[in-house]
Amino acid sequence: MDTLSNLADGFVIALTWQNIGLALLGCFLGTVMGALPGLGPSNGVAILIPLAFTLGLGATPSLILLTSVYYGAMYGGRISSILLNIPGDEPAMMTCLDGYPMAKKGMAGEALSLSGISSFVGAFFATWGLILLAPQLVKIALLFGPAEYFALFALAFMTLGGVSSLNQAKSAFAAALGLGLAMIGVDSQTGVPRFTFGEVHLYDGLDFLVAIVGLFALSEVFIFLENRHGEASGKGKSIVIGRLTPPMSMLKACTPTMLRSSFVGFLAGVLPGAGASLGSFLAYSLEKRLVDKDGTFGKGDPRGVAAPEAGNNAAAGGALVPMLALGVPGSGTTAVLLAVLLSLNITPGPLLFSNNPDVVWGLIAALFIANFMLLALNIPMVGIFTRLLLVPPRVLMPIVAMVSFVGIYGISGSSFDLLVMIGFGILGWVLRKFDIPLVPIILGTLLGNAMENNLRRAITIDNGDWWTLIDSPLSIGLWIVAVIGFILPVIFARKVKSGMQRADAEGSTKD
Amino acid sequence: MSDRIFGVFGVLLAIGFAIAASQIKESFLSDSVGPKAFPYIIAVVLGLSSAVIAFRPDPEPVWPPFGQLIEILAAVVVMVLYAQFLPEAGFVIATAFAAAYLSWRLGSTILGACMTGVGTSVGIYVVFHLVLGLSLARGPLGF
Repeated sequence: MDTLSNLADGFVIALTWQNIGLALLGCFLGTVMGALPGLGPSNGVAILIPLAFTLGLGATPSLILLTSVYYGAMYGGRISSILLNIPGDEPAMMTCLDGYPMAKKGMAGEALSLSGISSFVGAFFATWGLILLAPQLVKIALLFGPAEYFALFALAFMTLGGVSSLNQAKSAFAAALGLGLAMIGVDSQTGVPRFTFGEVHLYDGLDFLVAIVGLFALSEVFIFLENRHGEASGKGKSIVIGRLTPPMSMLKACTPTMLRSSFVGFLAGVLPGAGASLGSFLAYSLEKRLVDKDGTFGKGDPRGVAAPEAGNNAAAGGALVPMLALGVPGSGTTAVLLAVLLSLNITPGPLLFSNNPDVVWGLIAALFIANFMLLALNIPMVGIFTRLLLVPPRVLMPIVAMVSFVGIYGISGSSFDLLVMIGFGILGWVLRKFDIPLVPIILGTLLGNAMENNLRRAITIDNGDWWTLIDSPLSIGLWIVAVIGFILPVIFARKVKSGMQRADAEGSTKD
Repeated sequence: MSDRIFGVFGVLLAIGFAIAASQIKESFLSDSVGPKAFPYIIAVVLGLSSAVIAFRPDPEPVWPPFGQLIEILAAVVVMVLYAQFLPEAGFVIATAFAAAYLSWRLGSTILGACMTGVGTSVGIYVVFHLVLGLSLARGPLGF
């Protein structure tokens, strides 16, 4: 019952006016960002990090704000999928398949409310899963030494590529690029500058917040400039929403689907490198296999709306498990959340649970609160969000760009950082053109120094013997999983991906 | 073809990275691994993956026509100018210009772009500076 008392403490922390207000703000902003095509969860969180940081929020409040944005974006993505057949963010892609046909049949309101309830169910169970699973994972992680951590980081990089790119060479390239960028600056162990080329600004290393905002948010602006689709996606379509409550019979028919999909989604989220997109894909495919006896999936079957939404929200919660317990994120957006923790000088991982229990349990309690808020926001107030969909990108994208500049300038007050950010924006645009996933780059810049330190510590402890990296069963196991995780997608990814891919410019900023 | 060029560029980048790593001055107080080893490992991974990209290229990406490339380049120039002039011109003025430019290039009419620019700039100023108390670049006019 330790867990329950911890959770109760968490609620005490989360239930202050400031934290409730931040959760509400985060839920609202998150839903908006999820709903607007072109701004996914990783983008949304990335833009807001520097702001949370410069506003001087403490660790728990910042995390509450940003994870509410994260959960909110997962809810919001479905709105434009259902109404416009354009996924608001990548995980919502599968919701288009049955959501849009439902809307065409005049059942948009039912589809929206049903998907809202499914999102709630998925997120609710996933948060319980997080509570139960994370402490167990921490127990295992406490057995890890430097060599095992090095193997774990390698595992994260090798599996992260699996679903984020068809081409494993490209994900390996991205990971190496990110790690290489992390090497810039003064070496923490010997104090010698590396790759700084005499530029004093670089001695502290590249600020990963600058890299994240540039790669995600600014490159999005460039993509829009290139395609110049400055018109609102929903132009000229009249949106008829209809009744906003699903009939009880529909809910009843969908309940088993929601529960199964939550389970599948949660598992997909916990696995390294999978994330919410895979969660919704797996949940939808499984339901199609199991219950689609009359071939109604894809033609507006409510279960086809419930499955991917429960799946992607459960995966969003699941992806927090490895991020909090091991310090190794399981998806793009959790990688961005890791950046928040690191910039607040909090090292996630097993020690987080013993050193900063207030952060962990406050966050978990906030997730529950945010989830209820989101349910309340997303069912009666869904009309407001549908109206926001009409904001054209030619108004929206300048705001995104300027808010990015404000956030980064607010941190350091230096024009140099802004220039670096623009550089990363261009880099992100070019890499997206080449279909190189951006998430491994971010993860590389975040984890590069920790990975190197663990490597050096492991070998120094063993007097310079490199074989120490693979001399415990635990690390051998991790390496085997890493290698399998790297090779399997080469065989299977094509199949999964062709089901998921629907020619989308957002392909590189997976989450 | 694009992927082949990209791969070759990646290999060169890896070689450059390795050379830069070999230039790192080792301190006399070093651990047994030293500051060079991990960068070398990274250079190897970078080089190998680039070579694979060059030898097994994906289908050609869709490159924008020349005009759109100029468009992006122009936006970059505007952003760089924005970064340079921000401390001198102050937040509100610089941001209004930059946002108006972007909005114009994304297809607003001139009037619409000006309104978007001023609206974005003043909106951010009010929300982030006046309400939330974030410090923004202060120009000669005090805002």
